[in-house]
Amino acid sequence: MIGIIRTLWLTFLHLFHKNDTVPYPETKPYLSPRYRGRIILSRDPNGEERCVACNLCAAACPVDCISLQKGEKDGRWYPEFFQINFSRCIFCGFCEEACPTYAIQLTPDFEMSEYVRQNLVYEKQDLLISGTGKYPDYSFYNVSGLAIPGKDKGEAEREAAPIDIHALLP
Amino acid sequence: MIVPMPIIIVVTFAAVMGVAAVSTMVERRLLGFFQDRPGPNRVGPFGMFQVVADAVKMLFKQDWVPPFADKPVFLLAPIVGFMAVLLEFGVIPITPHWSIAGDLNVGLLFVFAMMGLAVYSVVLAGWSSNNKFALLGGMRAAAQMISYEVFMGLSLLGVVMTAGSFSLHDIVLAQSRCWFVIPQFLGCIVFLIAGIAETHRLPFDLPEGENELGAGFHTEYSGMKFGMFFLAEYAGVAMISALITTLYLGGWGGPILPPFLWFAIKVVFLICFFILLRAALPRPRYDQLMSFGWKILLPVSLINIVLTGAILLWQAGA
Ligand code: SF4
Ligand code: SF4
Repeated sequence: MIGIIRTLWLTFLHLFHKNDTVPYPETKPYLSPRYRGRIILSRDPNGEERCVACNLCAAACPVDCISLQKGEKDGRWYPEFFQINFSRCIFCGFCEEACPTYAIQLTPDFEMSEYVRQNLVYEKQDLLISGTGKYPDYSFYNVSGLAIPGKDKGEAEREAAPIDIHALLP
Repeated sequence: MIVPMPIIIVVTFAAVMGVAAVSTMVERRLLGFFQDRPGPNRVGPFGMFQVVADAVKMLFKQDWVPPFADKPVFLLAPIVGFMAVLLEFGVIPITPHWSIAGDLNVGLLFVFAMMGLAVYSVVLAGWSSNNKFALLGGMRAAAQMISYEVFMGLSLLGVVMTAGSFSLHDIVLAQSRCWFVIPQFLGCIVFLIAGIAETHRLPFDLPEGENELGAGFHTEYSGMKFGMFFLAEYAGVAMISALITTLYLGGWGGPILPPFLWFAIKVVFLICFFILLRAALPRPRYDQLMSFGWKILLPVSLINIVLTGAILLWQAGA
């Protein structure tokens, strides 16, 4: 009996509490930078595409919504096309984890509704941004041991000069 | 001021429908506030046109009669429930001069007769739907409403004895010095609880217990037929509030403000209290509901009658 009256009273007091609801379109909620929303493809600090078309993201994707084709130019790989089907994407972020070059990144934006399902298939030009995203200084070819035009073996950051296997010196 | 009868009838019924419709919106907003959220607030200022939107939605829904239903009864059930509630309002004295039936000398009995009819609506709905859940809901409703009507009637006897009349008009006049809620406190509490059970409102909404019965007796109803059950339920809440106001809270009586305003204030307050009950209390189990009724409310209302009778005799003798 006392319990019932106390419940009534406490519930009544909630009339004077502040609402927890965020009136969404007018007030946007804060989304942390790590929020897993719309996917983008970023560029390295030199403005080149970061993606090296390694297909790791497509392999990691649990719903198989990434599709890309490798192309090659000056010894570098790049995606000829790169599609993400956002009508299937579950925003799990596995692609971002799998990517060795920080090319594919998830962003704090989720307002991507469409009236036509087909419009949810984003092409490379829709995905590619002009900046570096979350990792401003990272450039895959600057740290990898791969030789590309303008950067030979042993010239990458923190990379020792290659061992001359024909020399007899220790 | 003498108002022609047709105007009284039309205005009263229109007002009841209006109150029932608006209270659906008020309920949702209030429930929202009780749960720290704003509730429906998008349609029109403060979400006031939500009612209109709901009504339009309900009207344009497909009005479907299941092929396995007993069609005439299926159609009849919501109408019976709705009419019964509306008729109850006929005897409520809203102000000294504003009541459809005027000063009906068996007003209270008439209200009870109509409440008895309202049971039919629920039982017939459950029966004619030819659906297990609906039937279970209807059975529950029948048992619940019939047994709670007993305590309701018994709890009122104190009021009738004190006022010496079945006429609601006389009962209000008898409260000009002291509202019956004070001498008849026990009766008022029992009446309130029985009233909730009678309108099968939460926390006593076992006939519709969503988690067990789908939607209970109106599982098969759609469109405006469902809307009638819905409106009847809210009109029933307004009805119980109006009855409590009339019987225990002095009806239209009160200082300074005009009688109608006093009546409206009390009724609105009680409706909000009903909504608070819904927000705060969990639904009891069915056997708990029944044993609470027969083992607690029945003795309490009997004690109330005995005490009232003893006091009245003592006063008369003194
Ligand atoms: S977020 Fe998950 S589902 Fe979406 S593209 Fe990346 S791996 Fe696939
Ligand atoms: S986005 Fe990353 S993981 Fe996917 S193909 Fe390009 S480099 Fe590989």
